[in-house]
Amino acid sequence: MSDRAAEAPRERMPLRVRLALYDLDGVTLLVLPAIIFVIALFVYPFVYGFVLSFQPKKGDWLANYAKFFSDPFLYDTIAATFRLAIPSTLINVLLSIPVALRVRRMRNRRILTTILVIPITLGTVLIAQGLLIYLGPQGWFNRVMATIGIEHMRLVHNYTGVMLSLIISGFPFTFLLTLSYLTGIDPSLEQAAATLGAKARERFLHILLPLLAQGLAINLCLSFVQTFSVFPSAVLLGAPAGETRVISIAAYQAAYEQYNYSMASAVAMIMGFCQLFVVALILGARRFVYRGSAGGGKG
Amino acid sequence: MAIAARDFRELRLDGMSRNFGTVNALKGVTLNVRRGEFIALLGPSGCGKSTALNCLAGLLTLSGGSIWLDKTRIDRLAPEDRGFGMVFQNYALFPHMSVRRNIGFGLNMQSRPKAEIERKVDEALAIVRLGDQGDKLPGQLSGGQQQRVAIARAIVIEPPLVLMDEPLSNLDAKLRLEMRAEIRRIHELIGSATIYVTHDQEEALSLADRIVVMRAGEVRQVGTPEDLYSRPAHADVAEFMGYRNQIRSRAAKSGNLVNVSVGGVSLQGTPVESISDGEAVAAMRPDDLKVTADGSISATVESAQYHGHDFYCLGRTSDGIELYFRSAQKVKKGDTVRLAADPDRVLVYARAAP
Repeated sequence: MSDRAAEAPRERMPLRVRLALYDLDGVTLLVLPAIIFVIALFVYPFVYGFVLSFQPKKGDWLANYAKFFSDPFLYDTIAATFRLAIPSTLINVLLSIPVALRVRRMRNRRILTTILVIPITLGTVLIAQGLLIYLGPQGWFNRVMATIGIEHMRLVHNYTGVMLSLIISGFPFTFLLTLSYLTGIDPSLEQAAATLGAKARERFLHILLPLLAQGLAINLCLSFVQTFSVFPSAVLLGAPAGETRVISIAAYQAAYEQYNYSMASAVAMIMGFCQLFVVALILGARRFVYRGSAGGGKG
Repeated sequence: MAIAARDFRELRLDGMSRNFGTVNALKGVTLNVRRGEFIALLGPSGCGKSTALNCLAGLLTLSGGSIWLDKTRIDRLAPEDRGFGMVFQNYALFPHMSVRRNIGFGLNMQSRPKAEIERKVDEALAIVRLGDQGDKLPGQLSGGQQQRVAIARAIVIEPPLVLMDEPLSNLDAKLRLEMRAEIRRIHELIGSATIYVTHDQEEALSLADRIVVMRAGEVRQVGTPEDLYSRPAHADVAEFMGYRNQIRSRAAKSGNLVNVSVGGVSLQGTPVESISDGEAVAAMRPDDLKVTADGSISATVESAQYHGHDFYCLGRTSDGIELYFRSAQKVKKGDTVRLAADPDRVLVYARAAP
């Protein structure tokens, strides 16, 4: 008797109501295109590449990885990529803090923001082209330097060229992110710190930096992932056979010069693992910083 | 108590003014504040009271005038060099620091010894009655508790002057009454001068030793709560102090009093400003309009709100003037009542130039 009484109302509940209990309704269907998109363009290729990397042309299932880690021409690309990605990420993120601090207080910051955002819209190839011309042996930079008696400086087709390009194309991005995190901090917190006797430096160290920390962590992650997968500028502005032979070049060569897709997939997996490792490291370090809201109270 | 305000005798604002572009937010405010005084800056929003407070704190630079603490000119000092305690409207507690570190922040900035900081923070926590909440983050506290932390943080540095910017406006009605009493108690305990910005006349009346009524960037009247309540100097101050009935009328002198016409009858009132015969404004509190059988003004009740011990009513006279009054007896819409007012309680002002 009692069992039936408990079941009775549940049977009468229409499917729609039961789904609504789990916050599922017609609008939920709008997520479908995004899910299809992610599965078709990310999950499937990723899983496909992952499986492919364990099906080498010859040798056992780990042959690709064994080859990668036994050939210095291949495994050195990891170090070469880190040598570019870590300094450029740090420079971009650290440089964005003082600039954003200043821009935050500007009245017409839209103009400056626009100027800084232009490099994003230009794309890396155009930036590379410009740098090649201006910083090349016959470019105005070296000519100006020559007139004041400074010897020719090699700024392109090497590490410096790629680094400059990564900063120019990466900085606007980190800057905008830092600026938005910074403007999210309630200005009355800084004012309160000032009335309590904190000088500008102390206000930055004790109030802004701790509240900015988690935003900077996200910023570091995004910027790192972006620079770690550097390809066009490493080829155009760097020395793709030498010091800027980054891991994406190794993957490209495996795929389109040796037509060894299995090997290329293995390189891509190693690249993905490196990125994941650093991102996990940064996000793990986030536990040591404050992660709540940056508001001053209930408002 | 070991927490006591740093000694000073007088804070002097001398023609303090501030422009924002072409807008004069403060038009030369002059005021003297003595040690131990509780001053309320009262006015509607946009009257410049918060601007005045921010100028005092050093968060805004002055466009003109000066601020003096005894013989020292302080208006050019940065906020961190003034040493005033400030309580912000949204409390502005540092969300990433525990309550103890929030309160100790000011002392930390002065590089005081650790033991002394701990001791003073304990005392401040005791003063605001938050002894057991020290290790929580601000986000874990209720609004009223956050408010207490904000006050503790401002007073623990023993400032000569405590500035409060509408500190109770984010609290519910019951808590507001409680905190009002707390703020007054702490003020007396510390002995500093407090400057308290509010738009709530009741808050100003109950807290302050002196009230500064501001309007459009100017000081309209300075006085004790009793002064302001019973004898506002201008019609706009009166309006702000609860003289809800403001009747434009013709005035005629009769001895010390003036006659104004309300609802077709002549009413005697007390002139506050010098009234030339002619245009005037008669101001009355709803409480001062009495419902009596022999009242001379007749009005039809348009609405009546039950307020517990009486009814708060809106009536309209035959010539269309709206009158707010209180009635002890039950009245309902459509009733006709007869109203009377003591000539002492009808204040007559010159009509402000349009």
